[in-house]
Amino acid sequence: MLVLEKNAMTEEIEELVKKYGNSRSSLLPILQDIQRKHKNVSDFAQQEVARVLDIHPVEVYSVISFYSFLNTKPKGRNIVRLCQTITCDLSGKASVAKAIERELGIKFGETTKDNKITLEYVNCLGMCDQGPALLVNERVYAKVSPEKAIQILNEIK
Amino acid sequence: MENKKRKGAVIFSPYKKGEAIKKVVELKREDVLFELRESKLKGRGCAGFPTATKWTLVAAASSQEKYIVCNADEGEPGTFKDRVLLLEYPELVFDGMVIAGYTIGAKTGILYLRGEYEYMLKSLEDYLESMRKEKLLGKNIAGKEGFDFDIIIRLGSGAYVCGEETALIESLEGNRGEARNRPPYPVNTGFMGKPTTVNNVETFAAVSHIVVKGGTWYRKHGTDKSTGSKLFSVSGDCERPGVYELPWGIKVSELLEIVGAKDTKAVQVGGASGICIPKSQFDRILGYEDAATGGSIMIFNESRNMLHILKNFMEFFVEESCGQCTPCRIGNVKLLEGVEMLENGTYTFGYMNQLKELGKSMQIASKCGLGQSSPNAFISILENFKEEIFNGGGNHAK
Ligand SMILES: Cc1cc2nc3c(=O)[nH]c(=O)nc-3n(C[C@H](O)[C@H](O)[C@H](O)COP(=O)(O)O)c2cc1C
Ligand code: SF4
Ligand code: FES
Repeated sequence: MLVLEKNAMTEEIEELVKKYGNSRSSLLPILQDIQRKHKNVSDFAQQEVARVLDIHPVEVYSVISFYSFLNTKPKGRNIVRLCQTITCDLSGKASVAKAIERELGIKFGETTKDNKITLEYVNCLGMCDQGPALLVNERVYAKVSPEKAIQILNEIK
Repeated sequence: MENKKRKGAVIFSPYKKGEAIKKVVELKREDVLFELRESKLKGRGCAGFPTATKWTLVAAASSQEKYIVCNADEGEPGTFKDRVLLLEYPELVFDGMVIAGYTIGAKTGILYLRGEYEYMLKSLEDYLESMRKEKLLGKNIAGKEGFDFDIIIRLGSGAYVCGEETALIESLEGNRGEARNRPPYPVNTGFMGKPTTVNNVETFAAVSHIVVKGGTWYRKHGTDKSTGSKLFSVSGDCERPGVYELPWGIKVSELLEIVGAKDTKAVQVGGASGICIPKSQFDRILGYEDAATGGSIMIFNESRNMLHILKNFMEFFVEESCGQCTPCRIGNVKLLEGVEMLENGTYTFGYMNQLKELGKSMQIASKCGLGQSSPNAFISILENFKEEIFNGGGNHAK
């Protein structure tokens, strides 16, 4: 990380602490905001969060590692998550997954070379009456056919 | 956004924003608790704890600070009724939380919204803002001097176990979402160590109606042990999946008829942590006296492979176990391996029986409801679909 980027990150985290407060219970909202913007919480960001909340960096890491929507390693600019749970599975998850993998040339768990999209599986999205369900960043799509999935991918910037 | 108004006897019956709040401020706390007791409302999260009892305990606690938490973690596979309530009936949910604040003497309510539902955040925040403008939140609510209450929304981050109330509280406090030992219970030692009531979205929605129409009215619906109605989230092999408000006490077969299910082989009641009911038991009734459920009904027709379904459930639990206690962390992996042996035809009957015993130990020895209920599907599917599983084996595994 460049010094400039570090300064920007520090500033950002201090802003978040102003917004949410500096108590331990603010940790998750702060991490969620960092994650939303940067698609990960870097080592440096973890140290800074720990510093401003006055807790050990290991505590911050331990919390991040618990939640599947938080991560420390960089991911693509967009995260595409396909529901893998049973109703979506039975309504055609596998063919949607294959179509997406073919189109992007990567497997689930991987990120495209241009860093645009990370593919992941996710558990039940609460859209089981309209499966297969797909989550693109925070937006949810229902009744996703292989064709519709590719359309959705094409609209991603 | 979903906007179609639905029909139902209780939850989906007519209700105007703020109606119950305006009524409640005219009542004494004891009167609210009385109506709740009369209604015999039980928590809609799945555990079915009487709401009046929980609220009475928190109301009686002598702390200055108390909290109301609405559990919108809705992670149980096959459950999506809270999604419908939050998107289409936020007035019922938030009014219910305000009523809880009034009854219990809390100033802060927290909606714990699962991370997967972040797309609702903006509309929910806007809704809360509209309530503040209409004096349904904030200071001196509905003109009642000294009644101050507000609601904040906090997001989850993709962890099923955070729906368990003590794990949820840990998460709110900025920790890993690991279930706590109980006692102490949240009613004494909840969020920030203060008395807290954690209730399901649908529970709050029911409370709003009970305050307006009375506990006796509510109790007229459903059965003696399971009063009121239930929102069922119906998915899988049927013509009309979706959310249905039906009276408790309805038979599985009646429900199948309503939703247009044909050639049904099995019904999973209560999500991945529930039980799998075969055709021969479709006359069982849905309710606390028989097959209880938080509302998840997943329908599987004759073409489905029960082992494939079971494997999907076990993979879910292996992923979602928080790993804190051994029976659940190791047990679920063993059960999943067992399913794989059944698929490959490398099992022995002796070992499968051992695994069923292991499942029963997990039900007893696990620290929280996740590990206690994760063997349900394994045990009930192996028991109820013996023929298919042991005679078919890996041959038709999908
Ligand atoms: C693993 C696990 C997940 C749970 N998930 C939820 C949930 O998503 N929503 C919910 O209301 N209750 C859930 N519960 C039940 C809660 O612990 C708690 O009993 C409930 O929120 C109490 O509300 P009620 O009394 O209104 O039902 C879950 C329990 C366990 C063990
Ligand atoms: S039962 Fe499972 S989820 Fe619950 S505390 Fe133990 S390991 Fe964690
Ligand atoms: S199973 Fe995919 S949304 Fe519920």
